[in-house]
Amino acid sequence: MTTRQFGAPVQRREDPRLVTGNGRYLDDLGHTAYEAAFVRSPHAHARIVDIDVTEALDTPGLVGIWTHEDLEGPVGEHLPVLIPHPALIAPRTGRALAKDEVNHVGEAIVFVVAEDRYAAEDAAAKIRVDYEFLPAVVGVEKSRAATELVHDDVPGNVSAHLLQEVGDLDAAMAGAPHRLSLDLSIERSASIPMEGKGVYAKWDSDAEHLTLWSSTQTSTGVRAAVATRLGLPLAKVDCITPDVGGGFGSKIMHPWPEEVLVPWAAMILGHDVKWTEDRREHFISSTHERGQLQQVEVGFDDEGRVLALDVKFWHDNGAYTPYGIIVPIITATQLLGPYKPGTYRVEFWSLYTNTVLVTPYRGAGRPQGVFAMERTMDAIADHLGIDRAEVRSRNFILPEEMPYDHGLMFQDGRPLKYDSGDFPASLAKLKALVGWDDFAAYREEAEKHGRRVGLGIGCYVEGTGVGPYEGAHIVIETSGRVNVATGLTTQGQGHQTAFAQIVADELGVPLESVHVTTGDTRKMAYAVGTFASRAAVMSGNAVALAARNARAKALKIAADALEVSADDLEIEDGVISVTGAPDTRMDIGMTAVLSNPLRYAFDEAAKAATQFAGTFDPDKPPVADDEEPGLEGKDFYSPTQATFANGMHAAVVETDPVTAEIRILRYCVIHDCGTMINPMIVEGQVHGGVAQGVGGALYERMVYDESGQLLNASFMDFLMPYASEVPHVETDHLETPSPLNPLGIKGAGEAGTIPGSAVIASAIEDAEGFPITRMPISPVELWELRQRHERGEIPSLRRAHSTTTE
Amino acid sequence: MSELFPVSVSVNGVAHGASVPARRLLSDFLRHDLRLTGTHVGCEHGVCGACTVLLDGAPVRSCLMFAVQAAGHEITTVEGCGTIEAMGPVQQALTESHGLQCGFCTPGFITTITAYLRENPEPTAEEAREAISGNLCRCTGYQNIVKSVLRAAEIIRGTDAEAGDRQEAPA
Repeated sequence: MTTRQFGAPVQRREDPRLVTGNGRYLDDLGHTAYEAAFVRSPHAHARIVDIDVTEALDTPGLVGIWTHEDLEGPVGEHLPVLIPHPALIAPRTGRALAKDEVNHVGEAIVFVVAEDRYAAEDAAAKIRVDYEFLPAVVGVEKSRAATELVHDDVPGNVSAHLLQEVGDLDAAMAGAPHRLSLDLSIERSASIPMEGKGVYAKWDSDAEHLTLWSSTQTSTGVRAAVATRLGLPLAKVDCITPDVGGGFGSKIMHPWPEEVLVPWAAMILGHDVKWTEDRREHFISSTHERGQLQQVEVGFDDEGRVLALDVKFWHDNGAYTPYGIIVPIITATQLLGPYKPGTYRVEFWSLYTNTVLVTPYRGAGRPQGVFAMERTMDAIADHLGIDRAEVRSRNFILPEEMPYDHGLMFQDGRPLKYDSGDFPASLAKLKALVGWDDFAAYREEAEKHGRRVGLGIGCYVEGTGVGPYEGAHIVIETSGRVNVATGLTTQGQGHQTAFAQIVADELGVPLESVHVTTGDTRKMAYAVGTFASRAAVMSGNAVALAARNARAKALKIAADALEVSADDLEIEDGVISVTGAPDTRMDIGMTAVLSNPLRYAFDEAAKAATQFAGTFDPDKPPVADDEEPGLEGKDFYSPTQATFANGMHAAVVETDPVTAEIRILRYCVIHDCGTMINPMIVEGQVHGGVAQGVGGALYERMVYDESGQLLNASFMDFLMPYASEVPHVETDHLETPSPLNPLGIKGAGEAGTIPGSAVIASAIEDAEGFPITRMPISPVELWELRQRHERGEIPSLRRAHSTTTE
Repeated sequence: MSELFPVSVSVNGVAHGASVPARRLLSDFLRHDLRLTGTHVGCEHGVCGACTVLLDGAPVRSCLMFAVQAAGHEITTVEGCGTIEAMGPVQQALTESHGLQCGFCTPGFITTITAYLRENPEPTAEEAREAISGNLCRCTGYQNIVKSVLRAAEIIRGTDAEAGDRQEAPA
């Protein structure tokens, strides 16, 4: 009996390679390639008056220098607006190299190629750029005030404005027995993968073919964008994603200036060219996220049920909008979480600032939305003196109400309709795990010892697995080796293992015989990419469907050969046999042999497929009219809508009464991503997500000064958590399968991060006894809040317990 | 071109002789001259620890050293800690415990943990966490790396006890 792989905590098949130094990341390729460096703007907003490269020209090892005026045709044009939207009224994008004006520190101005990176940086350092300074617009407040503009032709700095409303909000608000207002703020953070971006290009002038390696989350996207820019037929360009050292959203943006320029230079120079992003470059020229100001007005009844929820927020989209307004759209829609307010109105303004552009970072607008919603739930509970978990449960969408249509349009342009979830069950599990009902006693005990502790909660729903589609192509060799190709990319999610588990089960073959390739346009040219917690849902189902096709073909061939009905056959451990008559059998590899009629017998197996082997019907062609040679299966999975995962987190924090230091004592996660392919991998995703959530809540922020300089653009100053800052995560899972796809899967990638700021704010507020409305929060900021609270500038919570002990 | 300096260095037990510019970083020398690309570079300023190698057995940041400074020393990189066919105990433990995701930071953890366990063969969970707190990982949240340290210690000690016996308890 073959062990079922789906659902088993199978060890990762990629690990032996990765732990022994045999991974191949972008900069591990192209040792003899020329290398690129860039002159990037040191100013946030300026006109470029002059570029003088004279001094750089005699740099030893220099190969070439290009400024915007050297770029030809589409290479120099504005980069594309990748995701247009009717509400994106003033999209603006940069260029591969800046022309006339720069809009953020880090924008590329001059492209230098040399024999190695040392020489390229030598030359770049000698290039002089003269600037005429323009006023820098930094931060949401300054952008919103619009006394200065980022783009002269974008009034109010507003790139997009969107209003969605469900129900008669004004009437519901007016009739609500209770009303509260909240002013909230979340600062910038960023994906910050351990490996930055990188591009390596090889131009084969004999074949007139460009091969491009990029540390990207979408190889098909990069391929198409580069082909368009360089004026090459798609058939003459391939993009391969090697091992990638993390993405977390930042690498879904494309084409980056470097992805256009590096291959362009490789073609011009007739020599391989490579660019590997350094850490400072990543901070100032990749992407950031999160920054928003929010205003919430909520009307509710005596029981705490939300009758009217009115949200306005201002979203910092940075200098350009190539990725459209996906992030604020997600905030606006996913803010609702597991709740069903009577009426809802959400309005946002997406604003330009002279800072690094904003595109999705793990969570992608959800952490901000969940922060707004969960702060609101806590405020309602406090106002009414009701338990915080109880208020939430009174607003839950119930299992019997699924599927639940919110009446809003989601990020994929389709209805925001939850497919499944059991929120009361999740909450019950969370309360049990964290010991919700025992916390009062725990706090009392802690207070006796002069300790200050708080309990926080945060709930979310995450739309995952958005379309349009992913596909898979499976080829079974005569040896029984199963090759699986799916087009989306991998950045550590264990796809080589998880997809192999699915295929092994569907085909009935050993896991070891299944080999998965991702992100290689030579193997699968149709794909979208890895983002929005979609890989397991989209490619997971696609490989299952493709495997079912391959299986059907194998059974058909075996049925013919064994002269039985295909319905009577089963496949186990790579062997096809008649159910109940296991001696009538054939290896799946033999069906691959028989699937491909041959003229030449190059090995023993092939001999069986040649034209003089066995008997055949002379009236039929060797390959039937409706067949193709080879044992293959191909299929695509394209869902009607996203599937909605959910989860609930609780944290216990301790705040030092004197220093205001914040320590997370416990962090509990209930997670529901439908059926799990590999619970070990899901658990790992949750752990990593929580670490990023904690980082975003307590440590990470992009510190821009008023002139637009990023003051902490290094790992010395940007406080990414070490092991010493990340709590041990306690997890429990609920599996409510998605009814939308054959495997019942929902996405898991972003979940752990989403409620981080909400749950930590909730816990700190509970410890301190006054509202926490801005995240992240440092000990200094908490200490200052205490001073303001003591001066009466910040009200106490109604439920405030004895917290002013010193 | 700039002046070249001879460097003789032993890497993973193999003697290498090369001529390099004075400014060539040890990390670049290992990666691009010797093509031992298992050593990764994550920040170029000694904070993330991805480039950690062992210099005469002690962990050092290879992005903060020049290749010429390594002359006459013995270096161990992740490639020297085991192979796919014969993984070392730390590599085996990380694989068993799901101690890596994207794998980019992993080589630096492997060298760091290898050196640590030589001097501290029986760490507690808390000590294991402390031992890895000089290396950055963006994927795992560290929990399974802590578990891997404990598991590696078990493998080295030759005990077959479940790693779970010494798992971290919440604070």
